Amino acid sequence: MTLLAPELRPAPRSPGELMRAFSAMALQGFGGVLPVAQRELVERRQWLTREQFTETLSIGQILPGPNVVNMALIIGDRFFGWRGAFAALAGLLALPLVIVLALAALATQYAAEPHVGGALRGMGAVAAGLIIATACKLLPTLARNPLGRGACAAVLLATLICVGGLRWPMAYAVLGIGGAAVLAAWRRLEPGA
Amino acid sequence: MTLTVANGWALFAHFLAMSMLAIGGALSTAPEIHRYVVDERHWLDDNQFTAAVALAQAAPGPNLLFVPVVGYAVAGLGGAMIALSGMLIPSTTLALAVSRWGSKRREQRGVRAFVAGMAPITIAMLLTSGGLLASPLVHAPAAWLLLAATLGLSLKTRINPVWLIAGGAVAGASGWV
Repeated sequence: MTLLAPELRPAPRSPGELMRAFSAMALQGFGGVLPVAQRELVERRQWLTREQFTETLSIGQILPGPNVVNMALIIGDRFFGWRGAFAALAGLLALPLVIVLALAALATQYAAEPHVGGALRGMGAVAAGLIIATACKLLPTLARNPLGRGACAAVLLATLICVGGLRWPMAYAVLGIGGAAVLAAWRRLEPGA
Repeated sequence: MTLTVANGWALFAHFLAMSMLAIGGALSTAPEIHRYVVDERHWLDDNQFTAAVALAQAAPGPNLLFVPVVGYAVAGLGGAMIALSGMLIPSTTLALAVSRWGSKRREQRGVRAFVAGMAPITIAMLLTSGGLLASPLVHAPAAWLLLAATLGLSLKTRINPVWLIAGGAVAGASGWV
């Protein structure tokens, strides 16, 4: 693999091209766009190196808001400033929004049909399974967490009990349990590391 | 519900707050959105909420799109636009403001502590979301089978989730769930 100097790397030629690229990615992304984004931006179009992609993703993750939306904004901003940011955002959301609202309108219109109600229940069971699977795939990453396995398990269980069991508002869990966990991680990390 | 200034504003304000709480992905806010629109406001029931999230998973695009679908179920197209713009405005503003700041400081101790501390919370919120979506199906053993099969296939294979959703739709439409 050859390392291209930054000025020789391929780049989108216009906000319009950026928008079309994000549209294409969004339309291929069933159950999340991130895996498609990695393939498209790094491997196929080569607008970003693997390191730039990972870096952008990690910023997208610490910022509140949907990860892939944050990534699109940051990438768009890097190439064309705020015009690029909004072009990427529009590309990511516009067509999928039309599709999903059309589906929702159809489902509402025919909700009384037993077949449609059944299909929605079946899809609901699968959606629940997909989300639990995402959580299970993330579990092994906790082994490398600076908090340590015991503290991670305690934070996870405390959140499950408070939000899932006791139905606390999420803000209490994020500020209370999350605040304590961030503080504990801060103390375990070496200063300046 | 019928959209009025008062409840439209309440819906918008709720999603403004969700935007700032969405750490580790939009789906981690699903339990809080459920708590508000189902338990507190009674705008939707459990079945409608699960159906909204399932529809969003069946369509291509970011997971975030369950937000306008929930908004649509609550108050039609106006509800969809209110929910989506509420979910986007605060986080988008912040992302644009701090993206350059963050890229210079991502190795710093505070940023790393934040990522580490929030990681187990994100996982717990996802597990809670899955549990909530399954809650209207508690009394359907076939739905449990479908959920278990989805979990097994997602963890053991690289199957595209759209096939699993399609399989769930076919199983449900044929009256099996």
